[in-house]
Amino acid sequence: MRGAKSAKWVAIAAVVALSATACGGGSSDSGNDSKAAIDPNGKFSIEVGEPQNPLQPANTMESNGSIVTKALFTGLVDYDASGKIVMMNAQSVDSKDNKTFTVKLKPGWKFHDGTPVTAESYVKAWNWAAVPANKQTNSFWFSDIKGYSDVAPEKGKAKATEMSGLKVVDDSTFTITLNNPLPYFVYKLGYEVFSPLPESFYKDPKAAGEKPVGNGPYKFVSWNHKKSIEVVRNDDYQGPNKAKNGGVVFKNYTNLETAYEDLKSGNVDVLRQLAPKDLPVYKTDLGDRAVDQSYSAIQSIAVAYYTKQWKDIDPKVIQGLSMAIDRNTITKTVLQGTREPATGWVAKGVLGYQPNAAGDVTTYNPTKAKALIKEGGGVPGNKISIQFNADGGHKEWVEAVCNSITKAVGVACTGDSKADFQADLNARDAHEVKSLYRSGWVLDYPFIANFIRDLFGTHSDGNQGGFSSKEIDTLIAQADAAPSLEASEKLYQQVEKALPNYMPSIPLWYYKVNAGYSEKVSGVKYAQDGDPILTGVQVKK
Amino acid sequence: MGRYVARRLLQMIPVFIGTTLLIFLMVYALPGDPVRGLFGDKGGSPQVIAALRHEYGLDQPILVQYWNYMKDMILHADFGTQIASGRPVTDVLGDAFPVTIRLASLAFLIELVVGIALGVVAGMRAGRLTDNVALLISLLLISVPVFVLGFILKVVFAFELNWLPPNVNDSTNYKELLMPAVVLASASLAYVTRLTRTSVAENLRADYIRTAIAKGLPKRRVVGVHLMRNSLIPVITYLGTDIGALMGGAVVTEGLFNIQGIGGTIYQSITRREGTTLVGLVTILVLVYLLANLLVDLLYAVLDPRIRYA
Repeated sequence: MRGAKSAKWVAIAAVVALSATACGGGSSDSGNDSKAAIDPNGKFSIEVGEPQNPLQPANTMESNGSIVTKALFTGLVDYDASGKIVMMNAQSVDSKDNKTFTVKLKPGWKFHDGTPVTAESYVKAWNWAAVPANKQTNSFWFSDIKGYSDVAPEKGKAKATEMSGLKVVDDSTFTITLNNPLPYFVYKLGYEVFSPLPESFYKDPKAAGEKPVGNGPYKFVSWNHKKSIEVVRNDDYQGPNKAKNGGVVFKNYTNLETAYEDLKSGNVDVLRQLAPKDLPVYKTDLGDRAVDQSYSAIQSIAVAYYTKQWKDIDPKVIQGLSMAIDRNTITKTVLQGTREPATGWVAKGVLGYQPNAAGDVTTYNPTKAKALIKEGGGVPGNKISIQFNADGGHKEWVEAVCNSITKAVGVACTGDSKADFQADLNARDAHEVKSLYRSGWVLDYPFIANFIRDLFGTHSDGNQGGFSSKEIDTLIAQADAAPSLEASEKLYQQVEKALPNYMPSIPLWYYKVNAGYSEKVSGVKYAQDGDPILTGVQVKK
Repeated sequence: MGRYVARRLLQMIPVFIGTTLLIFLMVYALPGDPVRGLFGDKGGSPQVIAALRHEYGLDQPILVQYWNYMKDMILHADFGTQIASGRPVTDVLGDAFPVTIRLASLAFLIELVVGIALGVVAGMRAGRLTDNVALLISLLLISVPVFVLGFILKVVFAFELNWLPPNVNDSTNYKELLMPAVVLASASLAYVTRLTRTSVAENLRADYIRTAIAKGLPKRRVVGVHLMRNSLIPVITYLGTDIGALMGGAVVTEGLFNIQGIGGTIYQSITRREGTTLVGLVTILVLVYLLANLLVDLLYAVLDPRIRYA
C-alpha cells in the first residue's frame, strides 16, 4: 500500500512539472441535492491509474490495483470508520491464547464462477501466495503464521510448500496457528492479501490476474489495458456491504488534472485525489460535492541513526528540532490546508489513537526548542539536511520546514533532493541518507501497532533509519504478548507516550483526502485508507 | 538505387546496436532497482525479491543481460516482460503504438497541409501584409510553450464554447484527438511554414520560373509543379525527422490530454526503471527515425531528377 501512494505522488509530480499556469475554467454551479431518484442499476466511473501488477490479491501493493481487488474480493473481516472489526465472510474468529485462531465461515458464500467459498479456498490461497516462487509482492504478510520460514526460508531451499500453522477442520472451519501470540492478528486479516481464491485460479494464475474471479461485491467484466476496468454488481453477494449501484468503471487517467477537468465536464464521476493546482478552486467549483476529510496516514521526518551526526545524540536535540517546526502555519499556507498538524506518531482513525500523544513536542515553541537543543549538546555540525524525492511534490514543504527550523533555532537546514522515489528509496536502503529523511506511512490495518511496531521496532521492515532502543523493543514485546486486544491497545498507547523520550522520528502532519464527485452520484464516502467506498455510491436517474 | 538502399539498410545495424546498448547502460546506471521499487517504503520479503530478480535476469552482469535481451528480440521478436505487471512488452507496445500513430499522423497531416499552404501563400507575397501575418503566427506558435497552448485551447474550445471534449477518453475517436493533434503540430507547423516561405520566395526569382512564365504556362502549373517541387526539398528533410519527434516527444501533450501513448509509457518506464520496456520502445522509435530518413533521401531523387543514387 505504501509504495502505493507513491504512485499517486509520482502522478502529482508530473502534474506539478507540467503545469506552470493555473486556470480555473468551468462553471461553479453549487449542486442542489434535492432527493433525486436513485437508479439501483446505474453504473458510475472512478479515476484510477493503470494497476502496476496483475490483479492477484496478494500481489497488489499499490493503490491503483488494490482498489480494484478490494471490489472483487472480500476477506474474512473488515473495519468500520472507527477502526473496529466487522465480520465479513467469517462468522467468527476466536482464540483463547491469541496464538491459535479458529475461523468459522458464513454459509452460502460463492465465488463469481459459482463454486462455494470453503476453508480450503483460504488455506490454499495463503499457502500459494507464501511460496516465493509464486512471486507475490505481499507474501511477507504471512510471516506471522507458523511454518512460514519453512516455506520461504531466508537462505537455502524451502522445506515445505504449505505452512504448518494452517489447518482445515471442515468445509467451513479452519485454524491459524501463529509463531507467537498476537492479540491484534484479526486486524491483519482485513488486508486484501488474506483473500480466498477459487480453484480455477491455480490452473493459470497469470490469466487469473488478468481476469480475476473473486467473491466480492463486484464481478469482473473486462480490463482494457490503460483505458478502463469494468466490474458489475454481484447479485449473489452475501456480505453486509452489497453494492448500491449497478457497477463501476475504473477509468484510467495519467494525471489528476485531466481527471478533474473530466469531472467538471461529466466524463468521470468520482475522484480519489486532486492535483495541487485545483486545490484552491475545487471547493467553489464543486460546492458540497467537494470532499475534505482526514485519513489514516502520517508524514514525518525520520532520523538516520546510523550516521555519525545522530549516532549518540541526546533525544532532547531532536525534540528541540521538532518544536522548531511551525506545523500550523505550514499546513495552512504551503500545503493549502491539505494536511493537519500531527500531535503524535499514530494517525487518526486507528484503534488506539490518542489525541496529543506527543505532549508539547509537536507544538511550535522557539524558546523552548533553543533551550532543549542547548541542553542536549547542540546539533553536531549545527547543520542538517532533509532527504526527499523531487517527484513527489515535497520540495515546497521541505523548504518551509527548513526555514522554520533555521529561523527558530539557528540550525542551518537544506533539502537533499533525490531525482525520484526510486533514487530516494535506494539511498535509504543503502544507508546513505546524510542526516534526516522524509518518510510517509499509510495504514495497512487500523490498529496502533501498525504505526509503532512496524516502524520503530529494531528489526521492523519499515524501520529504515536504524533506530534501535532496547526499552522500546521490550515495551513492544510486552504489548504483543498482552492477553487481549484491549490490553494490547493500552500497552501500545503507553509505548507511544514514551516515544518523546526517544524521538525515533519527528511527526509532521496527517494526510487528508481532497477529492470530489459529480452530480450524477451521491453517498460517496471515503474509507480510512483514503479510497472511496465503492459499494455505498448511489447513482441518480 | 537498389545498392544505395541496401547500403543504407546495412548502416542501420551499427546504429541500432549502439543506441540500444547506450539506453540499456543508461537505465542500468540510474540509481534504483525495478524490483525493489515494487515494494515502496516497506522492505518486502527478500525471498520474493530474489525470485523476481532471478526471473528477469537482473542478477546477471549487465552485458549478459544485454546479450540475452538482444538475442530474444532479434531471434524471437520477444521484447521481454514488464516487471511490475508481468505482461509481455510487445503487448504494452501494442497498446501504446496505435494510439501514438493515430495522434502523430493527425498532427503530421495538419502540419503538412496547413504549414505548406501558409508557407506558399506567405512566400508568394513576400514582404507584404499576408507574409507578415504568417510570420507573426509562426512566431507565436514557436514561442508559446506547448502546455500553455494546450490550456488555452482547452479553456476556449472545451470549457467556454463546448465544441470539443477537453480530454481523450477514447483514442479511436478523431474528434477527441483533434485538439491534442493541433497542439502537437503547432511548433512543427510554424517551422514548416517558415521553411516553405523562404524556399518559395527564393525560387520565385529563379531562372526556370521566369522561363516557365515566359513560356506562357498557367500560373497554377508554374506554382504547383515547377515552384513547389523545387521548394519542398528542405521542408521534406525537416518533416522526415519530425515524424520521430512527433511520436516519441509527445510526453507533454499526451499528459495534458490524458492520452496513453508512447510518450507517457516512456516516462513511466523511466520512473520505474523498467529497462526492458524502455529499450523496446526506443528501439522501435529508432527504427522509425532511420526509415523516415531513408525515405526522405529517396524522395529527394523524386523531387529533383538531378539527384542520383548509385
